[in-house]
Amino acid sequence: MTLTSIDWLLMFVYFAFVLGVGFTLKRYTRTSKDFFLAGRALPAWVCGLAFISANLGAQEIIGMAASGAKYGIATSHFYWIGAIPAMVFLGIFMMPYYYGSRARSVPEYLRLRFDEKTRGFNAISFALMTVFSSGISMYAMAKLLQILHIFDAPFRALGLPPTYLFHVSIVASAIIVLLYVFAGGLSSAIYNEVLQFFLIVAGFVPLVYLGLKDVGGWSGLRATLPTAMPKSLFPFLVIMPGLIALAAHPTARATLQTTPGYAGAASISAETTTGAGLIPYKVSDTTGEIVRDQNGRPQLDYDLAVPVMLLHYFPAGLLGLGLTALLASFMSGMAGNVTAFNTVWTYDIYQAYIRPKAPDAHYLWMGRMATIFGIAASVATAYVAAQFNNIMDILQLVFAFVNAPLLATFLLGMFWKRTTGHGAFAGLLCGTAAAAVHHMSTLAEGAAPGIKGGLITVAHTYYSEMAQNFWTAIVAWTVCFVVTIAVSLATRPHPEDSLRGLVYSLTERPRDTAAAWYARPSVLAVGVLALTALLNVVFF
Amino acid sequence: MGLDIRVPIGLMFALLGVLLSGYGLVSDRAIYAKSLGINVNLGWGLVLLAFGIVMLLLARRR
Repeated sequence: MTLTSIDWLLMFVYFAFVLGVGFTLKRYTRTSKDFFLAGRALPAWVCGLAFISANLGAQEIIGMAASGAKYGIATSHFYWIGAIPAMVFLGIFMMPYYYGSRARSVPEYLRLRFDEKTRGFNAISFALMTVFSSGISMYAMAKLLQILHIFDAPFRALGLPPTYLFHVSIVASAIIVLLYVFAGGLSSAIYNEVLQFFLIVAGFVPLVYLGLKDVGGWSGLRATLPTAMPKSLFPFLVIMPGLIALAAHPTARATLQTTPGYAGAASISAETTTGAGLIPYKVSDTTGEIVRDQNGRPQLDYDLAVPVMLLHYFPAGLLGLGLTALLASFMSGMAGNVTAFNTVWTYDIYQAYIRPKAPDAHYLWMGRMATIFGIAASVATAYVAAQFNNIMDILQLVFAFVNAPLLATFLLGMFWKRTTGHGAFAGLLCGTAAAAVHHMSTLAEGAAPGIKGGLITVAHTYYSEMAQNFWTAIVAWTVCFVVTIAVSLATRPHPEDSLRGLVYSLTERPRDTAAAWYARPSVLAVGVLALTALLNVVFF
Repeated sequence: MGLDIRVPIGLMFALLGVLLSGYGLVSDRAIYAKSLGINVNLGWGLVLLAFGIVMLLLARRR
């Protein structure tokens, strides 16, 4: 499979617009507030779409379709039981206090609510987490492009080995993200998230349309799915491709294989394409052989469901558009993390501890420097991530260390006015330490001791790395929750006056009677929850 | 912010639409064997073009 000039042209148009938007916004980016907070002045619909888009990153695009193929439409419960109710809770009960406090970042809220040391601890772990996440996006993209062999032609023409593609993808994506974040800061990142949202819809609608038509529509898909899979279907744009990839008949594949550039070691080559439906078998990076489970059955490479479908159904032209959508989703994931990094670094580490009273222009400059540094660190992380074989696993591990204890701190801080700074700090510290101890003393089945755990001892063996990570997160959350309460009760409470506007019980409820009834947050929240409950009942 | 996001969205999708549907008009029919015989470039290109124009109109109306 090689790309034609029309594919390159469509990709070029997108990147030209991304950079164009960045440099146009540069003219409006004069203060550090413009750079880090987009001047706090973006329209609600832009923020909303950017928020959806940030949750539609490459890890979700690739991962949700992969889970769809693995577990069926039940994957949608990730949203219907998990994400949607959580976001409604966040929007109604937590966001008003966070936003109302005028904090510029999560660590800054922690300083207002607790104290300086809690902020410092969180700022450092948050900065590390964002660098890790963006490095993982970078690695995943480079890996995918390497496996697909679609960009090999220019390298072959130059006489370079195909492994160069990995390095070039990392450097090229780093430079593009660097340029537009450097120029326009958060506004640039948000505007590009919105562009990316529409691009993903533009790339996925025809994919699902062609795929469904190919497998004989709704009823055809239902009939071809494996019997063990639930048969109720819902047109979920990011999950459907996985189901279709599983059900589709690989008839046109013979023509794909004869295309020059499609074969090669550790790729979708002739003998490995005989998986289930369009999904190929998983091929080991090191040996080039098919990966098998304990019973000798070959494993499917579910992560390839979407890319393989793009190559299968899209002719030249639309293929360029589909690949652009995929690349865009990887890059916006990086940009989101890099902007979070430069904000936390500049406001919560640099301004707080290194140079507190500099003029605003200096912090704007520092934000731009932090962008360069953050991206360089992400590149380094991308090469570390190459040591892991599943990007979701390393991501969950990082989240278990940083986000799980933080959630307990936030819940207690916002809803229990008795929580003290010493309590929050001790809780975060112990929670993170507990995560480390748990991770270092357990191991997943079949994993070697080392970065994946078991460094001290192997007290327990989990069924999978995902189970191990989930328990790390649960342990971290629980320890943080209990320690925060215990230490808070033993230390002097903050005076109530200093907590006004930061704690639920000490803050006047935001009144939404001014808005029309259908635009009130509480009405919308009930509507969304009712709709979610209905979907859960219908598609259980 | 001084830039209305609908303008770059509109321009980009209109341009992508023109390129895609234009390619759909001149391309060899054989490449559409993959997409079940449907000229998806032409059809979807026109949809993108229409979307781009709607975005530009919305931006103008403000």
